[in-house]
Amino acid sequence: MMNEVPISWFLTLSAVLFALGVAGFLFRRNIITVFMSIELMLNAVNLSFITFSYQLNQVNGHLFAFFVMVVAAAEAAVGLAIILTVFKNRGTLNIDDVNSMKN
Amino acid sequence: MSVVIFLIFAIVAVVCGINVVVQTHPISSAVSLVGVMGSLAILYLLLGAEFLAAAQVIVYAGAIMVLFVFVIMLLNAGAEAKRGRSFMVQLLGVPLLMALLGLLAYFVQRLYPPATAVHFGGFTHGTAQDVGRALFTTYVLPFEVTSILILIAIVGAIVLARKELE
Repeated sequence: MMNEVPISWFLTLSAVLFALGVAGFLFRRNIITVFMSIELMLNAVNLSFITFSYQLNQVNGHLFAFFVMVVAAAEAAVGLAIILTVFKNRGTLNIDDVNSMKN
Repeated sequence: MSVVIFLIFAIVAVVCGINVVVQTHPISSAVSLVGVMGSLAILYLLLGAEFLAAAQVIVYAGAIMVLFVFVIMLLNAGAEAKRGRSFMVQLLGVPLLMALLGLLAYFVQRLYPPATAVHFGGFTHGTAQDVGRALFTTYVLPFEVTSILILIAIVGAIVLARKELE
């Protein structure tokens, strides 16, 4: 019995990590930390994909997780370039100060 | 044995995940995020996804997090300023998040009763060979589209980062 982990534990861990990512995304003010919270959510979803892949005994979930990883890498490259440009133009990393679209 | 490994690395992942959210300095958050990714790689191994575990460590913990730490150091980002948040948000934020988490966990437990269990070695189709075969047969079109996406991302990143101050 000690040798088998219920599949729902993996999915619950994935839900916990996703909720933490949502919390970081909503509560934090630093644009880089907000970005890292998005990566945390993507990781949580990857864990779900791989768990379902185990349950269905197919490799397809691994491919989805692989594509999520690739998209996350591309997103990190472009997003960090945007953060660099925002910092160059405004001199701040606080998302509350980047509000020109509000008016 | 699988249960012990799962519990250890699940607790490490959750503690590091909480640390990502509560630390005020971005570098501390980044290092905690590396901890989450490393422990998730171990859990991927437990689920038989050996190729993805390696890719997780190399791509996520290696490449992406190095990029993050590099940008944090380049911008010399300090600790986050004390946030002045509305009373409503402070009062309702965490309980509502707990409610979301509770609902998710409840439905997961309902939908997946403990009958289906994971043990190490229960899934052996996650090798580089299997993933590569699926990638270059069934998923060859998404693979090509992804290569174009990465090309666009490279060009976009260079254009954005080169833009001079007006």
